[in-house]
Amino acid sequence: MMDWIPQGLWFEVCLKVFFAFMMVGAVMTMAGYSVLAERKVSAWMQGRVGPNRTVLPFFEYIPIFGPLLKKLGIFQPLADGLKFLFKEEIVPGHVNKLYYYLAPLIALVPALTTMTVLPFGQIYWNDGTVSTLALADLEVGILFVFAVSSLGVYGIALAGWSSNSKYSFLGGIRSSAQMISYELAMGLSLLPVFLWVCAPGVTESGLSLSAIANSQAGGPWLFLVQPLSALIFLIALFAETNRLPFDMPESETDLVGGFHTEYGSFKFGIFFVAEYAHIVIGSAIFTVIFLGGWHFLPFMNDPWPSNWIGSLLGVGWFLAKTIFLIFFFIWIRWTLPRFRYDQVMHLGWSKLLPLALANLIVYLLIVTAIDQSTSANF
Amino acid sequence: MAKTVVLNRKPLSFSERTYLPQIVTGLKTTFSNMFKPKVTLQYPEEKPVIPNNYRGVPTLVKDPNGREKCVSCQLCEFVCPPKAIRITPGSVPEDQNDREHVEKAPQEFEINMLRCIYCGYCEEVCPEEAIFLQDVYSSSGFTREEMVNNKAKLYELGGTMPDRHYKWDKKKNAESAGNSH
Repeated sequence: MMDWIPQGLWFEVCLKVFFAFMMVGAVMTMAGYSVLAERKVSAWMQGRVGPNRTVLPFFEYIPIFGPLLKKLGIFQPLADGLKFLFKEEIVPGHVNKLYYYLAPLIALVPALTTMTVLPFGQIYWNDGTVSTLALADLEVGILFVFAVSSLGVYGIALAGWSSNSKYSFLGGIRSSAQMISYELAMGLSLLPVFLWVCAPGVTESGLSLSAIANSQAGGPWLFLVQPLSALIFLIALFAETNRLPFDMPESETDLVGGFHTEYGSFKFGIFFVAEYAHIVIGSAIFTVIFLGGWHFLPFMNDPWPSNWIGSLLGVGWFLAKTIFLIFFFIWIRWTLPRFRYDQVMHLGWSKLLPLALANLIVYLLIVTAIDQSTSANF
Repeated sequence: MAKTVVLNRKPLSFSERTYLPQIVTGLKTTFSNMFKPKVTLQYPEEKPVIPNNYRGVPTLVKDPNGREKCVSCQLCEFVCPPKAIRITPGSVPEDQNDREHVEKAPQEFEINMLRCIYCGYCEEVCPEEAIFLQDVYSSSGFTREEMVNNKAKLYELGGTMPDRHYKWDKKKNAESAGNSH
C-alpha cells in the first residue's frame, strides 16, 4: 500500500508528528478564521460592515483582488493574534499563580486533543482499498471524544477559582454545573445513534467515527433517521462549547468577563482560541455523526471518482459542511438572547435529559423490533 | 372615561412551548438582515452631511463683496463664557474705498479652540453677523499653539456668507444722498 515510503520506526514517528502539526495548523487556522467569521457575520446581521481595514503591505496594490481581501478582513486574524502576543502581560497580585498560568493550557489541550480521532475524509489507494483520513482512527472514537472534551471544563473551572475574583468564581461554578447537566443529555442522545448504526444487518458498525460516517454513505443521513437525537446533541453541543444561548461561564452582561475576567494578553488569547477550536471540532463531529461526514448527499452515492481527486473533493465537501455548521453556531449566537442560569439548569435536567431517555427507549424498541423481524426470517 | 378592555392571554400551544418555531423565525430575520444595505458610514472616506444649523468651530466670515465684516466691537470677547476669544482692535485706514464708514476692524482675532465650548453665544451676540459656528467639526493639532485659531485661519475656515443688510453700503448711500446716518 505504501511501497514508495521508506520503512522504519523513526520515519513512522516523524510522519505522524508531521501530520499532527498539519492537523493542528488546519484546526487553528479555522479557529482563527471563525473569529473573523464571527465578527463579519455579526456585523452583517446588525447592518454594519465589520473589520475591513487590515491589509498586509503591498497586498493593497494588487488590482481587484487586494481591495477585495482587505474588504473581507482576511488579514484581521493575523493582526488580532499579533495584538495578543504583544500586549502587556498583567498578572493580578491576588491570583494563585500556578493554577492561573496552568488554566489556559488545560482549556486548550483537550480542544486540540479531540482532533486526533476526528476523521475528515477517505483516501482511495491504487489497489482499490480505502482508508480513512484521520490522525488515529480509534475503535472507541466517540468515547475518546467525550472523555477528552469534557476535560476542557477543568481549564475554565480552574481559571475561575485561581483568579480569586467573584466574577471569575461565579463563571467557573456555572461552567462546571452546566457541563455536568449537559454531558448526560449529550451522551444519552448518541446511544440510539449507535444502536441504529450497529443494528443487525448493517455492513459498517462500531464506535469509531469513521464507521458512523461510512454507514451513511448512499443512505439517509442520521439526522433524518434520528432528528430528536440530532436536536438534543446540537443543543448539548452549544452548551458544551459555551456558546450563546448557553454562554453561562462568560455571560459578559452579568459577570464582566466570567472566568477570564482576570486574564489578559496571550493567556486570554489562548482561552479565546480554545473556545473557537471547540466550535470547529464540535461542528466537525456533528458533521461526521449526523450530516454524513464526507459523503455527498442523503440517498446518493458519491459522485466523485475513486482516486485522489475524489479524496480531495470528499475532504472539501466535509469542510463545507463543517463551515456551514460553524456559521450556524454564529448565526444562533446573534439571534437568540442568553438563558438565565436557572433556566439553563431547568432545560438541561428536566427537559433534555428525560427527552433523551425517552428517545433512547423508543429507538431501543424500534431496533429490537427490527432485530426480531430479521431473525424471524432466518 | 375610557373603557377598560381585559385581554385574556391564550395558553401557549405545544409548538410555542418548544420555542423551536420562534427560533426559526428569529433565524430567518437575522439571515435576511445580512443582505440588507449597511448603515455604517466609513468615516474618513465618507463624511456625514452637516445640517445648516450645526454648531461647529466658530469662524469669521466676509460679505459677498469680500469685505471683512467684523468691526472689533469685542462683544463676543465679552460674552464668551470660557474666555476663548481674544481680539486686538485696530482701525481701518481712511483711504480704503471699499470700506468707507467702517472705522474699526480687528488687528488680530484669536479663538482658543482648547477653551471654546461651542455654545454659540458669539454668533448670537454679534451685531455685524460676522462670526458664525459653521460645519467644521474636527479640529486637532500637535501643540497648544496650533489649537489657537488666528485671524487668517478664521477667515480661511469661514469664507463668505450671503449678507442681507449691507449695513455699511446703506450708510454710504445715505450720506451721498445728503442724509446723516
